[in-house]
Amino acid sequence: MKIKLFSYNQLDTFVHKLSGLTKLVCFLLLTTTVMLTYDIRIILAILIFSYFLMNKAQIKFKQVKTMFIYVGIFLITNFILTFLFSPTYGCEIYGTKHVLFPIFGRYEVTLEQLFYQCTKFLKYLSVIPLGMIFFLTTNPSEFASSLNHIKVNYKVCTSLSLTLRYFPDVQRDYHTISLAQQARGLEMSSKAKLINRIKNVVTILTPLIFTTMDRIELITNAMELRGFGKGKKRSWYSFKPLQTKDWISMFICLLIFLFMLYIRIFVNKSMFYNPFI
Amino acid sequence: MKKSLFSTKTMVATALGAALFMVLFMFVKVPSPVPETNLQIAYGISAFFAAVYGPVAGFLIAFIGHALSDFLSYGSPWWSWVVASGISALVCGLAYFKINTEGKVSTKDLLVFNVFAILGCAIAWVVVAPVLDIVIYGEPVNLVFVQGGIAFVMDAIVSCVIGSILLLTYSSTRSSKGSLTKE
Repeated sequence: MKIKLFSYNQLDTFVHKLSGLTKLVCFLLLTTTVMLTYDIRIILAILIFSYFLMNKAQIKFKQVKTMFIYVGIFLITNFILTFLFSPTYGCEIYGTKHVLFPIFGRYEVTLEQLFYQCTKFLKYLSVIPLGMIFFLTTNPSEFASSLNHIKVNYKVCTSLSLTLRYFPDVQRDYHTISLAQQARGLEMSSKAKLINRIKNVVTILTPLIFTTMDRIELITNAMELRGFGKGKKRSWYSFKPLQTKDWISMFICLLIFLFMLYIRIFVNKSMFYNPFI
Repeated sequence: MKKSLFSTKTMVATALGAALFMVLFMFVKVPSPVPETNLQIAYGISAFFAAVYGPVAGFLIAFIGHALSDFLSYGSPWWSWVVASGISALVCGLAYFKINTEGKVSTKDLLVFNVFAILGCAIAWVVVAPVLDIVIYGEPVNLVFVQGGIAFVMDAIVSCVIGSILLLTYSSTRSSKGSLTKE
């Protein structure tokens, strides 16, 4: 079983050259914009914008194909579940009811429900590229340093970048242990009973945890020997100061965010955009 | 030893714990009897680390681990559940002040750990996650409460069972204070 990981790679594009802090701020502003609105026009605009950025950052579809499959499955399940649990939620929101065709009982396909669910579908679809751009174009250490510059505790920042650096190691440990246990005849597939599978997971977990605990001890000692955590601050090797293009990017994202708020408060007067009245 | 909230050791434990959480969250899913849901073994890990390294470590492990694994598998974190994960581990981590993990874990310690684990899961999945889902994402009310209820049962089981097993195994590898006697 070989697992391909999405990882950061250094390319010479506009998006890569932005500072990690800029990318975080822009990512948070744009995703909050999408979160706070159900206006399909704004969502569509952000969808197009984010795919444009993905193209700019030279992210190949091949790199993100698996992610799209996962998200696709998740979105379709969510689509079906929403309809099963509240088939009339759209009518409640928009206050009108245009029945397209009934299925049975209270399950009717209405224009409002369809509109609500499509908006929701696009809403989730439009934030995916933003996350991918952020993840694939940001150097973990540089990102940690920029987080520290917006006053996040430096130990939290260091631990975030350590997580990103050690994730591949822990993953490799997990596979080695899992294969070793399977070679000893442990059944991990769906053939085994539920209770047995949980027991089998524990037999993998125990060595995994204890190797991790050893590693924690080792890294802690190494860092303490180098005097880590003695001062109130630390310096960062990979810190990049903000440049004009960073300020411009953040300004554009802020404008988009404020525009959404304006539409939400003064034009639609609610979270939802209602074309039915 | 004074129980400090965020020493260098806690920081490293947080980092590696979060990496461990990510790996388990992404690759180790035991399908449960209820369709479309999985027993997330990772919550056992966050509960265990929270009890051994404290609430701050617990919160960060679950929060960072869940957010990053969402990033890797869905492109963007589902914030309401990420925050809920963090809170479940945070509450569970309160057990850190009540129990003694260095040395033999007594039945009382285990009981305290389990109470906090269940309490944490209840607050996170029955209150925090559904409410945030409605506020942030505008999801239908009864859908999120059903999802939250299922998540609560599953994660409470995983946190308690896996957490207790790990706690017992871990404590048996530690030598307890005063285990040596002067002759």
